Amino acid sequence: MNERICGAEALVRSLLEEGTDTVFGYPGGAILTVYDKLYDYTDRLHHILVRHEQGAVHAAQGYARVSGRTGVVIVTSGPGAANVITGLSDAMADSTPLVVITGQVGRQYLGSDAFQETDVVGITQPITKWAHQVRHADDIPAAVARAFYIASTGRPGPVVLDIAKDAQVGMVDWHYEPVNFIRSYNPRPTVDREAVAEAARLINAAERPLLLVGQGVTISGAGQKLREFVEKASIPVGSTLLGLSALPSDHRLMKGMLGMHGNLGLNINTNKADVIVAVGMRFDDRVTGNTAAYAPSAKIVHIDIDPSEFDKTVPSTVAINADASDALDCLLPLVKPADRSQWIESFDRHNRVELDEVVARELIRPQGSKMTMGEVISKVSQATAHKAVAVTDVGQNQMMSARYFKFTQPRSFISSGGLGTMGFGLPAAIGAKIAAPDRTVCLFCGDGGFQMTIQELGTIMEYGVGVKMVILNNNFLGNVRQWQNLFYHRRFSQTPMLNPDFIKISQAYGIAAEDVDDRADLDAAIARMLADDRPYLLNVQIDETDMVFPMTPAGQAVDHVMLSPDCLYNPESLQS
Amino acid sequence: MTHPQRQLFTVTVYSENCVGLLNQVSVIFTRRCLNIEDVSASASSVPDIHKLTLTTWADRPTMEKVVRQIEKRVDVIKAFLYTDEDIVYQEVALYKVPTSSLLEASRVEDIVRHHGARILEMTPDYTVIEKSGHPWETEALLNRLRSVDIRQFVRSGRVAVTKSPIEYVDIYLKEQLDRQKRIQDND
Repeated sequence: MNERICGAEALVRSLLEEGTDTVFGYPGGAILTVYDKLYDYTDRLHHILVRHEQGAVHAAQGYARVSGRTGVVIVTSGPGAANVITGLSDAMADSTPLVVITGQVGRQYLGSDAFQETDVVGITQPITKWAHQVRHADDIPAAVARAFYIASTGRPGPVVLDIAKDAQVGMVDWHYEPVNFIRSYNPRPTVDREAVAEAARLINAAERPLLLVGQGVTISGAGQKLREFVEKASIPVGSTLLGLSALPSDHRLMKGMLGMHGNLGLNINTNKADVIVAVGMRFDDRVTGNTAAYAPSAKIVHIDIDPSEFDKTVPSTVAINADASDALDCLLPLVKPADRSQWIESFDRHNRVELDEVVARELIRPQGSKMTMGEVISKVSQATAHKAVAVTDVGQNQMMSARYFKFTQPRSFISSGGLGTMGFGLPAAIGAKIAAPDRTVCLFCGDGGFQMTIQELGTIMEYGVGVKMVILNNNFLGNVRQWQNLFYHRRFSQTPMLNPDFIKISQAYGIAAEDVDDRADLDAAIARMLADDRPYLLNVQIDETDMVFPMTPAGQAVDHVMLSPDCLYNPESLQS
Repeated sequence: MTHPQRQLFTVTVYSENCVGLLNQVSVIFTRRCLNIEDVSASASSVPDIHKLTLTTWADRPTMEKVVRQIEKRVDVIKAFLYTDEDIVYQEVALYKVPTSSLLEASRVEDIVRHHGARILEMTPDYTVIEKSGHPWETEALLNRLRSVDIRQFVRSGRVAVTKSPIEYVDIYLKEQLDRQKRIQDND
């Protein structure tokens, strides 16, 4: 005879069955019964009380991205549910496994515009992998099992369970069975051997192959296999923003980041490559630029677990619908070693121009001049021996972090890629640190984005989350300023920002903080920040004229690269 | 840049029979600003599996992406893209006309014989005519009856079956049973 418990308790136990030990949330009327039961399980289920529901989702995203586990969020109905929308959309774009539980009004009130009722399933269906309303206590364990299975398998994504009050209060015979099969959903497709053979033929015949690594490699845990693959076949590698840290930054075949602010060698050579092997990436427009002028001479082998990504923006010659790890397992024995040293060297030649023209300008500045974002990020990266997790907000701070932070281990770069959500960084860093307490977690954030979720300093205070926060403060919405500077005749409409005293704010939360206004103080300040495992905030004054280069302007061909506001890169000049 | 040619496509979606399925599918059209011309939803030949049929004007590359995005939804079993050549399709229309006008115009025989329509109900006040066929046939009778005076007109969404000898949904479901068995055996 099964034990009889209420739906809310069944929910808590179901989370434990799925291995959840941490949830991020915020209580409210329609989720009160769940919170009441959580009170009995505080020894097993650690609840982090955020200061705004948006923060709960971003924290769960940071948690999931660092650990590979499913992030769990609990919020109330109506406004609580509405406040998770941005995070759901972000997690959908960035394939982040989340189970988000929203309270809902009682069954009899559904559809009646009851207090704090909103159509959660209707609103979230387009931005989640699955959204489901539970109206009866009996259905809770099976719904949770299904939710975790869907969120964490295949191409991961956010799932919403909208649990009506009656279901929380009603009684259920406790029994839990995990889900491992859904007939309408196959998260691990069998690798098509013919497609793999065709891909291997293309790769073996290629003179100038290029491999693009996306977050799919990280999710699939295929970093090591990818490394063996590219080393065997001597294929240079470029990473998408979210693919960063899948391969160590200093690997000899790792040529940097792709796309709008990516590395010169990759963006120029994309249009010289004869075969492009894309693994777990989706040819986002920030990677491709103008698709009509993208990789004109390349045959494209596209490996992705989500078949709806094939031919979505860039047509593929061979599409392999598979988990990255499975596909590489099949492909590895079929590729042949080849000498492609000249091709590989050509990336470095372009990248050396970038070093001289762009990186040097960013990192080596005259005495007395204001600091740049790149030098701050680079110094923090060095000070952590490139072993830290870098969490970013969105904008220049993000692109500079992607360019100047170096990675030695996987799951070390957490950023809002697809949606580009300002305000993501601070809560995501909290979640990342909670998931990886033994790692140093550094947040790089602008003064604008920091203020979008600044209330989460309260969460840091309450739980003593040892996040190292670096505000790259230029008193501007810097990335918008950069576009206004380059494309809108320097009309800085609504981008200058009058900021509060971040040190006083930080101190009000009991978090150690210091201003860094002078380059001479930077190293010591970073050392103090990293000296222990407590939260710390550096407010670094940055030159507001600092801009992210190289840059391929939106809509331009990927090899149309600006090295500075008035210098377009001419690759021919290099060869002469 | 040339734009691919637009044509009328029929999309059929086989899914689990769950609340909100139509919303999941329709928002995929909404995102791309595609107007759904008509839609019908019903049970399929397979127990517990629901079938949606939608038509829309679009170009083929767009529709191929749309169908893959529909199929990506967890509750969707299979989605297919067809043009009119691939399917046998039909729609039903009902026309309500004043009986007096119909009799005055002596159109009854013409309607029944030429248009292959049926009279469902006739009262001294009104007559309800039913016509099933292709959209252009519905239109033809509509135009004919306009001169008589139409009080109400309604047409159903398209229903369609494929001409293909292969029943892909049956094959898919059989594959899934095999997959389920493999998973159970591994546990």
